[in-house]
Amino acid sequence: MHTESLSGQAVFPAKHTEPRPEHPPEVPLAIHDLTVAYHRKPVLWDIELNIPEGKLVGIVGPNGAGKSTLLKACLDLVPRTSGWAHIYGVPYRKARHRVAYVPQRESVDWDFPVNALDVVAMGAYRRLGWFRRVNKTETKRAMEALDQVGIAHLAHRQISQLSGGQQQRVFLARALMQDADLYLMDEPFAAVDAATEQAIVDLLRRLSGEGKTCLVVHHDLATVTSYFDWIVLINMRIVAAGPTAETFSRENLQKTYGGKLSLLEKAAEALRSTPR
Amino acid sequence: MPDFSDIFEVLLLQNYNTRLVVLSTTLLGIAAGLVGSFLLLRKRSLMGDALSHATLPGIAIAFAVMVSFGGEGKSLPALLLGATISGVAGIATMLLIRNTTKLRDDVAMGFVLSVFFGVGVASLRMVQDIPGASAAGLESFIYGKTAAMVASDFLLIALVAGAASLLSLLFLKEFLILCFDDGYAASQGWPTLFLDILLLGLVTAVTVIGLQAVGLILVIAFLITPPTAARFWTQRLLPMLLISAFIGGVSGWLGASLSALTPQLPAGAVIVLVAAVLFLVSLFFAPERGVLPRFLNQAALRRKEDRQHFLRAAYEIVEEQASGGSVANRSFPFEALLAKRSWSPHQLRRILRVARREDHLEPTPPGRLRLSEPGFGEAARVTRNHRLWETYLIQYADVAPSHVDRDADMVEHILGAELVRELEAKLVGALPDLSVPPSPHPFPSPSA
Repeated sequence: MHTESLSGQAVFPAKHTEPRPEHPPEVPLAIHDLTVAYHRKPVLWDIELNIPEGKLVGIVGPNGAGKSTLLKACLDLVPRTSGWAHIYGVPYRKARHRVAYVPQRESVDWDFPVNALDVVAMGAYRRLGWFRRVNKTETKRAMEALDQVGIAHLAHRQISQLSGGQQQRVFLARALMQDADLYLMDEPFAAVDAATEQAIVDLLRRLSGEGKTCLVVHHDLATVTSYFDWIVLINMRIVAAGPTAETFSRENLQKTYGGKLSLLEKAAEALRSTPR
Repeated sequence: MPDFSDIFEVLLLQNYNTRLVVLSTTLLGIAAGLVGSFLLLRKRSLMGDALSHATLPGIAIAFAVMVSFGGEGKSLPALLLGATISGVAGIATMLLIRNTTKLRDDVAMGFVLSVFFGVGVASLRMVQDIPGASAAGLESFIYGKTAAMVASDFLLIALVAGAASLLSLLFLKEFLILCFDDGYAASQGWPTLFLDILLLGLVTAVTVIGLQAVGLILVIAFLITPPTAARFWTQRLLPMLLISAFIGGVSGWLGASLSALTPQLPAGAVIVLVAAVLFLVSLFFAPERGVLPRFLNQAALRRKEDRQHFLRAAYEIVEEQASGGSVANRSFPFEALLAKRSWSPHQLRRILRVARREDHLEPTPPGRLRLSEPGFGEAARVTRNHRLWETYLIQYADVAPSHVDRDADMVEHILGAELVRELEAKLVGALPDLSVPPSPHPFPSPSA
């Protein structure tokens, strides 16, 4: 079950600086011919992808398939060997205000001298610009964002004293602060409690109900069909991408996880147990 | 041995000879405390160490250049300029090694640190052989020395320290997001490379002006010790910065003063030792994260747990003896209590000693025990809270009843009055009688 994208979404004026815009500007994320290599070893190869608006999209693939790298390449965080990724028809540097990124929880040191509210307020730093401190308006917005993820009562707690699920919610609240149209989330469901998982799913559904697009790196094959409208199966290359019902097939999973038997068995199990 | 008037003269900056030196190390300490905080949070402490060691060749070369141009060779600004250039060259070498080879960061840092320092020591020896030039005193840059200082040197140090302090406060928000989550900062469009260079530039500036007083070997301790100590006192960034600046300033002030009073002690060592003492004080006594407060808290919680376990066990014994009738206080044998929980006789006697001190027990013949009136009231309250909590867990949290007792044990000790009222409100239907409710799960009778 998914919500159709809202029409009438404000369209960012498309100023193309690079040739061959083969996609209309309302496509939240269009990737063409993207290749990324670390130390001359390719991690992503020839990625072609068009993500439709207002969808809840899962990125699924084995470890080391380049799922996180795909997000980072779209955000200009890793250098691209070739190709481009356009956000609403323009390069990322011109569309930053429309994108919110949720990094992996393990990517930061949680024993840092800040509380939950401080971290959420970082979502307003871009709006504030250089040197301006977090003001009352932004603090109020940060509290509201914390409230939306259900942990407003933990606003003043030091972040290492939060549970894993609560830390993940802090990251989500920080992304909400940016009031973006496209959300790129790196494994938000990794090692969180059941209540947090449900809260995140509810939040994602609400966002896509508002016409926002969410791209979520996901690990748990058992929940793919119930969470996502659309999936991207990836293993260095795009194996398949499309509506979950058509794309999440045994054959596609076999191509994605080829050779990794235990994972295949798990996937088969997941397929059997999910109503289609 | 200096007498008291000398000590006060130096500490209160009334001594003309030491006033500038003490003031400069104080300002230096403040700057080091602020800049060092970000260096620590960015996890680049080792890079700062490599940087400071890499300054030595620059000092020697700057001296040689000045002498060859017919100068006297000991102009502080020129020496520090040389130190800056070779320090930056050291960092550049390190980045080059990291980006062109597959060597790890720590290898690159170790390499730069030792090679540059070696070159520095060798060239320092060489410039001392330059005929007609006196290189004596250059080696004070290694260990630090509070020599007399001319006003222009002081002005340079004060200016650089002040600017570094102001900049680190001005860029507070930007440095915070860089140190906490550089990937996210970059995704938001913050120029992380520029911010990293700026931070490293501030570290370089503080290191270089610290060379004369603290010396290049110890300057890294001056950058890292104050923020590490400050972290024990607070969980927020701005207080940490201010406390760190305070600790750095006090170390610089006291350290330089002590060293001026006993000239055989090198300033760098004394300053760093003062900072280390402040660090130890913070480590043990800081209320927020210190070792001692944490230990005392844990001990207090353990005592509270012991007392509550004892009171509940006593209440349950009395309750069993009442066998369904109204529960009244009465005496019971020590063995019954011992069998109630897995405590050793020694442990239990210690708990009973505490209970007697708290007037929870009445004097009884040996082998028998009887709660006092206040003790019995407290025991009823503790038991009631325990059972409220257990009932809540069974009804609302899908916890298997066999596991309830242990979980309830852990949480109930920290139930506040407000939480207890909330529990009562929730369970009012289930437990209309708000006296001690019956235990929601059967507990095996030890006598059976």
